[in-house]
Amino acid sequence: MGMTIAEKIIAAAAGVEAVKPGDIHTVEVDQMMSNDGTTHLTIDMYNQKLDNPHIADVKKLVWIVDHNVPADSPKTAASHKKMRDFAREHGITYYEGQGVCHQIMMENHVRPGELIFGADSHTCAYGALGAFGTGVGCTDYLYAMVTGKSWLLVPETLKFNLVGRLPQGVYARDLILTIIGKIGANGANYKAMEFGGAGLSTLTMSDRISMCNLCVEAGAKTALMEVDDVALSYLKERGRTPKHIFKSDGDAVFAQEYTIDLSTIKPIVAKPHFVDNVVDAKECAGTKIDEAFLGSCNNGRLEDLRVGAALIKGRKVHPLVRFLVVPASNEVYQEALKEGLLQTFMEAGAIVMNANCSVCWGSCQGVIGEGETLISTGTRNFKGRAGHADSFVYLASAATVTASAIKGEIATADML
Amino acid sequence: MGKIFRFHTDVDTDQIIASQYLLFPTVDEMKAHAFESLDREFASRVQPGDYVVAAGNFGCGSSREQAPAVLKALGVKAVIAQSFARIFYRNAINIGLPVIVCKELYDYVEDGDEMELSLTEGIVTTGGREYVCTKLPPYMQGILDQGGLIASLNRSEA
Repeated sequence: MGMTIAEKIIAAAAGVEAVKPGDIHTVEVDQMMSNDGTTHLTIDMYNQKLDNPHIADVKKLVWIVDHNVPADSPKTAASHKKMRDFAREHGITYYEGQGVCHQIMMENHVRPGELIFGADSHTCAYGALGAFGTGVGCTDYLYAMVTGKSWLLVPETLKFNLVGRLPQGVYARDLILTIIGKIGANGANYKAMEFGGAGLSTLTMSDRISMCNLCVEAGAKTALMEVDDVALSYLKERGRTPKHIFKSDGDAVFAQEYTIDLSTIKPIVAKPHFVDNVVDAKECAGTKIDEAFLGSCNNGRLEDLRVGAALIKGRKVHPLVRFLVVPASNEVYQEALKEGLLQTFMEAGAIVMNANCSVCWGSCQGVIGEGETLISTGTRNFKGRAGHADSFVYLASAATVTASAIKGEIATADML
Repeated sequence: MGKIFRFHTDVDTDQIIASQYLLFPTVDEMKAHAFESLDREFASRVQPGDYVVAAGNFGCGSSREQAPAVLKALGVKAVIAQSFARIFYRNAINIGLPVIVCKELYDYVEDGDEMELSLTEGIVTTGGREYVCTKLPPYMQGILDQGGLIASLNRSEA
């Protein structure tokens, strides 16, 4: 029987010929990413709970301080110091303040065919390069760090055949929100989401990262895309080569198959407090906002900043709105600087900030107060996600967020 | 017997423990904020041996292990839900917090009801009725029985 991409990666990592959904296998993990959201707890367990603390292969570890950076309190500073000191002592690859972990991983580390653990749920982003990225907690992370291995239940795969091309003014962000709305917040729970078809070739790497990244909001264990010339040239530009390029077999078994015609997708907004609570963006038009956020591992890349800058050039941020622009990495930041995008945002009255997770995770800069409303290109709109427990987050594309920042209320770009 | 704290569907890990507490140095310092956005009094009212009962997709969202960890630190004996999001489920087993799938229970209990759980039998007793829960796959039950993943790692390396 044929296998899907997810099954092939697990089979290779387990060193077996074939696997099938429902099997549990011991697997070799190729890379392990951890950020400042949980690493301090991992270190405490390493030091206090292990009888024989050691690291299987330090070259597999990448640690990234991105969530609360620069530190916002003495408690955060202490957690960062613990992480920094441990990384230095053990020779772990370490980034601090260089950008959001998943963007740094895509720019510098991920290779097709790898099995990657990340102590962050949005690790499924790595599927944009054909890698099996999956989010784990710090105990799973520690186990893999010590043994180089872990156990995995082989997931069933949902296949999404993309056809057609997105209309002008509609983005990958609208597409993935549409898909999550269709299958629901647990529609892919315990499953892999695989994307292929002729429509995939019309999507840029930035689009693909945005799509795979958000699949965990449908509960997915991982997201995977077929590796094509777009992915290979991204890899080549960055001096990396694939570990292995897998494609699903013609007779692979999918739990369900969907055909998505990209030309039918419209601008979408996910309303509070669930990512699958999606509507046509125009249905939310007129909703007053207090803050707008353009950034995150989901939508803070150069392509997103270009979309926002093109809309706001020659216009102003609404006087009652704070508009936060946060490039996803320093690489993105420097490119945006060269292209003059950041100057455009600043001339319009936006607040341009250092590359980090920012208000997407609601604990550092830009948090919103009681009763306030944020429109965001971030990953989640859960209750209290961006600050006060009684506040409201709407998710939308870079275009819709920027148009809303200008209007002071939710608006699509064609309403400017 | 323990008391039931009942929660709705799609409770995400941000509700269980919000982002602004995650970088506190220890789980003990975070636990007073458990479920703060949904029930400000949860952490002060919950007693060791109490239960969390929820509808479907409990623990969706972030991979933060602090979510099951604060519940365990507060003495929650088990979480019984119609279904769990996968990262929360795995994290809970890894730290030794029982997570049990029971399709029926949620519809028949109220917040504050008393219940009893037989972990070995996988049976909940409340209101004079028994509810049969889904058993964990043997591999995961093995991790739980050993007290979690780190205890099982220490044993395997001994």
